[in-house]
Amino acid sequence: MIELEHVSKRYGETEVVSDVTLTVPPRSIAAIVGTSGSGKTTLLRMINRLVEPSAGTIKLDGVDHRSVPPHELRRRIGYVIQGHGLFPHRTVAQNIATVPALLGWPRAKTKARVDELLTLFQLDPAEFAARYPHELSGGQQQRVGVARALAAGPNLLLMDEPFGALDPIIRAKAQADLLSLQARLGTTIILVTHDIEEAVLLGHRIAVMDAGRVLQYAPPSEILARPATPFVEALVGTGERPFKLLSLKPVAEAVEQGIVEGEPIAASATQRDALAALLWSGRPALPVQSAEGVIIGKVTVAGLSKRAARPE
Amino acid sequence: MATPDRPRPSFDKLGLVIGIVAAAAAGAPFATFRANRIVPGEGRAIWEALPAGWATALLLVVAGAALVAMLRSPAPARLAAALAALATLALLIGTAAHHLTPPDNAYARVAPASGFWLLGFAFALLAADALTRLQLSATARIAALAAVAAAIWLLLALGAWDGLSLLKEYANRADRFWAEGARHLALALGSLAAAIVAGIPLGILCHRVSGLRDAVLNLLNMIQTIPSIALFGLLIAPLGWIAANLPGASVIGIRGIGAAPAALALFLYSLLPMVANTVVGLAQVPAAANDAARGMGMTARQRLTRIELPLALPVILAGIRIVLVQNIGLATIAALIGGGGFGVFVFQGLGQTAMDLVLLGAVPTVALAFAAAILLDAAVELTAAPGSRV
Repeated sequence: MIELEHVSKRYGETEVVSDVTLTVPPRSIAAIVGTSGSGKTTLLRMINRLVEPSAGTIKLDGVDHRSVPPHELRRRIGYVIQGHGLFPHRTVAQNIATVPALLGWPRAKTKARVDELLTLFQLDPAEFAARYPHELSGGQQQRVGVARALAAGPNLLLMDEPFGALDPIIRAKAQADLLSLQARLGTTIILVTHDIEEAVLLGHRIAVMDAGRVLQYAPPSEILARPATPFVEALVGTGERPFKLLSLKPVAEAVEQGIVEGEPIAASATQRDALAALLWSGRPALPVQSAEGVIIGKVTVAGLSKRAARPE
Repeated sequence: MATPDRPRPSFDKLGLVIGIVAAAAAGAPFATFRANRIVPGEGRAIWEALPAGWATALLLVVAGAALVAMLRSPAPARLAAALAALATLALLIGTAAHHLTPPDNAYARVAPASGFWLLGFAFALLAADALTRLQLSATARIAALAAVAAAIWLLLALGAWDGLSLLKEYANRADRFWAEGARHLALALGSLAAAIVAGIPLGILCHRVSGLRDAVLNLLNMIQTIPSIALFGLLIAPLGWIAANLPGASVIGIRGIGAAPAALALFLYSLLPMVANTVVGLAQVPAAANDAARGMGMTARQRLTRIELPLALPVILAGIRIVLVQNIGLATIAALIGGGGFGVFVFQGLGQTAMDLVLLGAVPTVALAFAAAILLDAAVELTAAPGSRV
């Protein structure tokens, strides 16, 4: 659990983060979203003391994060930045082993951990361990950057625009991978992004920041349905709002009784994907198929349009 | 555009220049004969300087190599032709010395003349061009340097050049030559070592403290603009004062003239390239890598030794290269204030108008600077190899 209490950061006269109080529950993803200059990166960097708060306290699992020296604190917190920040003169294996080396792990343990992480990120250790970062594709570099941050098994992972340098198709894959990884490892993640779409997709809770203040901190459905200020509403984008709402829930939650004809939709797909398939096929309803391949009912345009409406 | 049925002339542009130079040089004086070491010499063309058989052989090798150069031939063939011509020239200039010197005459002097130098220049150009086209790796370049050094050592050891005036000057002062050579290297390398020890930490400090950087670099820039002879002169007074007033200073060799001001001046000249390259090298470390290193819990010292210095190393080595080549050349001037080194022969030779003696000081200096440049260029490339692109 991460608790920020009345955290502020001033540089001379200008206050870049103003009185932020929020709590990130364990094993969840919090997305901080805002325009550039909103203070979101400064807020993130205060958690691992790359920036020292001017006021307020930050507690990690109930303990003030100033109780240990900064470099020891950072070794316990994963850190991923835009453009990966891999060390160009070190191999992939050496990059991933950075924090284990700082912690003085035995060589065998480090090697086993590096191989485990490479395998987890779908990179064959025999092929990739000895490569240098410039010999990897953008997507591979990004995965190595995340693997490096997870090397010592941190409970908390800080990510600053982690997918910012990736092209859209690779970004979608990287986002999906991060979600399944987080579900599997249970790591608490705080992620900074300027992309509301990414925040809605990844965040269990979203903090919207502007001019150093957190305007709203709530689950995505709440942000979409009840934006706290005109700024949040503008950021969410009124034109896209119903579709974003649908993208938060799986088809399984919108299944109705009945048998219909047509190409079946997977129950695990989002309701937004289902609506797109319905509109594209020109049919009012399509069958829904479970993961086992059994038809469990239908999904209808009428049913989805009710779910896309502003919640009461 | 060339039409397909009319083939383009298969001549090499640089090769044509080399061919023209070689043709002109073949008729120019190959060696100079002088009755003693200070009278003006008389030129001797190839067919006068060499026995008929050797002269024909040399002309044939030169013509053959020039032909290879002028045609569009593959790089290895061009290199082989250049090396064959250079080796023949090197061997036959020694033969010419023996051929031209009258028997039992210890005063006569034979030296290479314009024809030899022009031919040497033309085929050295061909060799350099061929080496560039071959794009040798760093280790291959070091091996090539070692092979050339070994070949020259072999020619010297076999006495092939003993008849040349340069070697006669050497024979008269062999002990002195090696002593001054050792002094020359001690001056150049000692001031380099001091500049590394002082310059890299100063560069790191300038990188960290941005206000300091401009002040330090401007001051070092100013020192760099003082002419070397003036700097030697400027140092005489303070060092003389230290020697006279500080107990023990003169015992360890600090004096107004001699090696101390020379070493100090070389050190001061070395500081700018060392500090500037350290600052530039550290500044070009990718900001993201530095941020990641901090964010993962490296201390300032760990970041410096594990990330910043390794990534700045190629640029710092380039600074060391500049300093070493510069110091090997500048150390020649140290002889003016009694600092010793190869400059001793240069200034003695100028005083006696004995050009051979000047060359005895100048040739090893140029050779040392050349070898140092090749070695350190290769070192820069080797250290930059793994992660040169980000």
